[in-house]
Amino acid sequence: MAMAAAESSRLGNLLYSQKDFTSKKRDEFEDILEERRQSSDLRYAMKCFTPVVYKGLSPCKPSAIKNIVLQSEQLQYVIKQLSKETGESPDIIQEEASEILDEMSHNLQLGAIRIFAFSLSKIFKRLFQRVRLNEEGIQRLQQAIQEHPVILLPSHRSYIDFLMLSYLLYTYDLSLPAIAAGMDFMVMKMIGELLRRSGAFFMRRTFSGNKLYWAVFAEYVKTILKNGYAPIEFFLEGTRSRTAKTLTPKFGLLSIVMEPFLKREVFDTYLVPISIIYERILEESLYAHELLGVPKPKETTSGLLKARKILSEDFGSIHVYFGQPVSLRTLSSERINRCTYNLIPRHLPQKPSEEIQDFISDVAYKMELLQIENMVLSPWILIAAILLQNLPSIDFALLAEKTLWLKDLTQAFGGFLEWPDNLCAKKAVRSSLALHSNIVNLVNDQVVLNDQGMEAGTTEEVVFKRALSILMCGAYRNQLLNVFVRPSLVAVALQMTHNFRKEEVYGCFAFLRGIFSDEFIFFPGIALKDFEEGCFLLTKCDAIQVTAQEILVTEKGSTIVSFLTAMFKPFVEGYQIIYRYLLKETNEAFVEKQFLSGLGNFGFQLLAAGSSHCYEVLSSDMQKNALAALVRLGIARKMKTNNGFTYAVSKEALNKTAEMFESRIPIRKPVAARL
Amino acid sequence: VSCPKMQELLKWNGWGYNDSKFIFNKKGVAEFTGKRYRLGGLVLPLLKEWMEKTLGASIEHKTTSRTSLNTSDVPPPIENQEFLQDLRTAKISYSQEAEDRVFRAHGHCLHEILILREGMFKRIPDVIVWPVCHDDVAKIVELACKHNLCIIPYGGGTSVSSALECPADERRTIVSLDTSQMLYEKNLTAHVEAGIIGQDLERQLGESGYCTGHEPDSMEFSSLGGWVATRASGMKKNIYGNIEDLVVHIKMVTPRGVIEKGCQGPRMSTGPDIHNFILGSEGILGVVTEVTIKIRPIPEYQKYGSVVFLNFEQGVACLREIAKQRCAPASIRLVDNTQFQFGHSLKPQVSSIFTSFLDGLKKFYITKFKGFDPNQLCVATLLFEGDREKVLQHEKQVYDIAAKFSGLAAGEDNGQRGYMLTFVIAYLRDLGLDYYVIGESFETSVPWDRVLDLCRNVKERIVKECKERGVQFAPLSTCRVTQTYDAGACVYFYFAFNYRGISDPIHVYEQIEIAARDEILANGGSLSHHHGVGKLRKRWMKESISDVGLGMLKSVKEYVDPNNIFGNKNLL
Repeated sequence: MAMAAAESSRLGNLLYSQKDFTSKKRDEFEDILEERRQSSDLRYAMKCFTPVVYKGLSPCKPSAIKNIVLQSEQLQYVIKQLSKETGESPDIIQEEASEILDEMSHNLQLGAIRIFAFSLSKIFKRLFQRVRLNEEGIQRLQQAIQEHPVILLPSHRSYIDFLMLSYLLYTYDLSLPAIAAGMDFMVMKMIGELLRRSGAFFMRRTFSGNKLYWAVFAEYVKTILKNGYAPIEFFLEGTRSRTAKTLTPKFGLLSIVMEPFLKREVFDTYLVPISIIYERILEESLYAHELLGVPKPKETTSGLLKARKILSEDFGSIHVYFGQPVSLRTLSSERINRCTYNLIPRHLPQKPSEEIQDFISDVAYKMELLQIENMVLSPWILIAAILLQNLPSIDFALLAEKTLWLKDLTQAFGGFLEWPDNLCAKKAVRSSLALHSNIVNLVNDQVVLNDQGMEAGTTEEVVFKRALSILMCGAYRNQLLNVFVRPSLVAVALQMTHNFRKEEVYGCFAFLRGIFSDEFIFFPGIALKDFEEGCFLLTKCDAIQVTAQEILVTEKGSTIVSFLTAMFKPFVEGYQIIYRYLLKETNEAFVEKQFLSGLGNFGFQLLAAGSSHCYEVLSSDMQKNALAALVRLGIARKMKTNNGFTYAVSKEALNKTAEMFESRIPIRKPVAARL
Repeated sequence: VSCPKMQELLKWNGWGYNDSKFIFNKKGVAEFTGKRYRLGGLVLPLLKEWMEKTLGASIEHKTTSRTSLNTSDVPPPIENQEFLQDLRTAKISYSQEAEDRVFRAHGHCLHEILILREGMFKRIPDVIVWPVCHDDVAKIVELACKHNLCIIPYGGGTSVSSALECPADERRTIVSLDTSQMLYEKNLTAHVEAGIIGQDLERQLGESGYCTGHEPDSMEFSSLGGWVATRASGMKKNIYGNIEDLVVHIKMVTPRGVIEKGCQGPRMSTGPDIHNFILGSEGILGVVTEVTIKIRPIPEYQKYGSVVFLNFEQGVACLREIAKQRCAPASIRLVDNTQFQFGHSLKPQVSSIFTSFLDGLKKFYITKFKGFDPNQLCVATLLFEGDREKVLQHEKQVYDIAAKFSGLAAGEDNGQRGYMLTFVIAYLRDLGLDYYVIGESFETSVPWDRVLDLCRNVKERIVKECKERGVQFAPLSTCRVTQTYDAGACVYFYFAFNYRGISDPIHVYEQIEIAARDEILANGGSLSHHHGVGKLRKRWMKESISDVGLGMLKSVKEYVDPNNIFGNKNLL
């Protein structure tokens, strides 16, 4: 009951708004490369660049910003505190702060931007067929930039993301953003400096323990924001998603950029969700390797040069959708107790109250859901989803037919489908297969997963190669899961409960949603709404009938339900394997590395022996998510030790969960489902 | 039964004296009538254009108030014959005349004035009583308890918090206790009966060479008792202090009896100061009858001054520095650019070519030579008081600080005009009302570090709310920093808009004012610096003083006035 109360109180603050599936209107796309192919890149790079600016802008140079940051009351306070704590003289700490600032800060220069504009034009034209964006979104953004400070929140699938975004903004004569980029970039010679000059600033990946770094960084970001110097851009997901599923949000940077508004140092702040979707992801093979534990190459300039060979390949189209700017003021109205910040001088560091933390988290999830809503789905994504259910091969004609069927279903679910030039299904499928010929082949009218050299290698190599292809393919299917996750979980729940009592189905749904909250983006605390949304979508395509007590699958619906269940199977099966491993194999406590390698071996053996076909269990992403979920649910404990984190699993609790997961015991009574 | 003289001099449906008001004369040029103010009888050629430009008001679009009270509209009094009989026996004068009752049914909030012009109050006082001394008040309160009536104390009637409005659901006879006849003095140590009006008090003390130095903008009309009951603040508080610093002794009649201290020691440690239950009690506990107030010799020398700043930020930084060094003059105020331009529009027609040439030269010097942007600059007005030598020394100190914030001294005349404007600006609203413009002022106090953010955000919020609520013209949204303290400042806002094309302007107005107050609170400002709470701002009391704080006040009310004789429903 307590949980139910907490949930309903959270529901009260309507950050989450029920989507309207019937009248979803989205802007049209324009291709910007078309013009680049027709006119001079040089002239384009040298064009007159006069972006509109924030109405409250106090113009200043990057160096002046550094001074404002160093002299700010906030930073001076932290320096004094640190001096007291450590006994170090304030001057030395100040010097240190100044160095951090130098390492971090950007140095926007028009010259560098022009070089970028020129070379990116060349590169993009070679890599991509089209770069399409919604111009209405650009117009909205232009308006927003003049009104209030703007935060750009793009999805993160590739290194190209932020290059592309700056490139587009330059093209449309909009202020280039200050970008929070990882330090990995900075070590790349030249490129680091060039990036810096085109507006990037660098943050260390981890600095939670370093008070001074945090203070300098936060102050730097806030100064840029308050002065209205430039839009600030960062990735809510924190890092590039290797699986193309949206990653659960990180809150650090978001809480920094929200603070000036919450403390009323600015009137409002706009958050702009941006969805960048690649028909073919540049790093697709790299990601699959990383997921399988082949270490990630460090970003170096020479590494990038080697990547030049990819310049000869075709990566299809990119779709960039600039969402509606969201006013933070509107989001927070009636939500935040305004006295929170009134009793402490604003320059003192103040840990956000629980209320504020919840709010920040809700905002983060809301923005990610908005990103997801506007992610374009291409035919290939549908093909990948079908193909993975029909391994090792599927007849071409059947594939085309099923793709068409899935297209209708996707549209019914409100997916943002872009079908190229109204091609017929067969042509669309054929051209998608061509674009992704590194993953699939068309052999004698059979579509097969690319398994080059498969028969030649050892069992190990065979499993590895197979896993590579499946993970690569899976990354595309995953993009469909965003749209399908709620109805799919309802379908899985229907199958797992074996009966149709609504209450039990909901209980199972809520259980699964809890387990998979690290895999997929669910707005916190609204399991019931998610369930209703799932049911609504299934009802809409006549797959189920919902009565007061029961949920019945219709005749037509059984195809849909089993398709959805099958699509979700790798996750259900993968988690089952992971639980089995944890129950059987491990000691009381272990570090993440032990867990990953032990589980990897365990999975490998199962696959090699043919007793499982769930290749995705080898994905370190799934492995880490499963472990994080156990910690979140209190089944495992995460403890900080000298060498990182140690985990301990309560086998009793895990056993119970595993049994529920395999439907061997019924799931606990659902908590106050008011259905 | 005599109708007091003051009432006859004042407008029944607007601010101030009957003979003083803004009009557009036959030539369509603005003019201020009467001889009471420096501006009186002068032509103001720039005002019309300013109203057109800033507010979109037009001289062609006029609304008119009804010219006199229609006594048949006035709700009939709920009479209590026994009480009236007892009053007559006690020889206390009273009235049931419609004019007298309506006159005391309101303060000067916008909606109250609009009701006078176009509507009628649902509930007004049923009888007005005029006690002349403390004993009369004690008798009246005793009678009210005996007959179970509701008393609303009335001083000068300048409230802007709906404090004087009669609760519509009050079924008992409402007695308006008008203290205006309690003004004879017992002695010259400034033991004063609380009904005295500010300007009379200063004049009488002045005859003996003294003053209280308490000068709220309403001092022409507001009363000593009213100041105490609302925690008033005076323009020159930097020298003389606010009302709570000025009072030495207070006597208040409550249903439970008389509350006062047993001696007049300058400071006491006798538990929580009981004066703090009285100061700001807004008439819910009793009637303040007598006050002993500190007085000072009239200062030998007074000098006005003014400083121009490049922008509001610089001005605020300068005021903050002056407050930090504790060298604020008797008064220091900083108006924003909009208000500076407004002040400019009230410049009278110049009498000679020479003056206009000089003005032009000054303007040239400041804008062209010194690089001040006329759309950015703002002005601080100053008032120094004391002996001559010290004033001059003080003046130099203040101008030196100002210079550090690139402030330029801009002359005595500008300063003096600035202060004169505070008295006439209240009259301007009546002019606006004739031309579809409604407006109001409100105030707050806020820590120094939030002053700029608060000013900017509240002004922006007003503009945003107007836009969202369908106001067709850009509103006037302007502020000034009007008092400085060690820890913060008092900020005063003016807000007005042209309501042509809106069906329910008063509702729109109120919604925007509520939003503006929400914005103030969200920016760390207080609910009120000196206007008080009344009924207008009650909804925010809990968050302002906490549940426990509210409970404390309620329990005091419960003890002092268990039958709610003082039933104006303010504050709690």
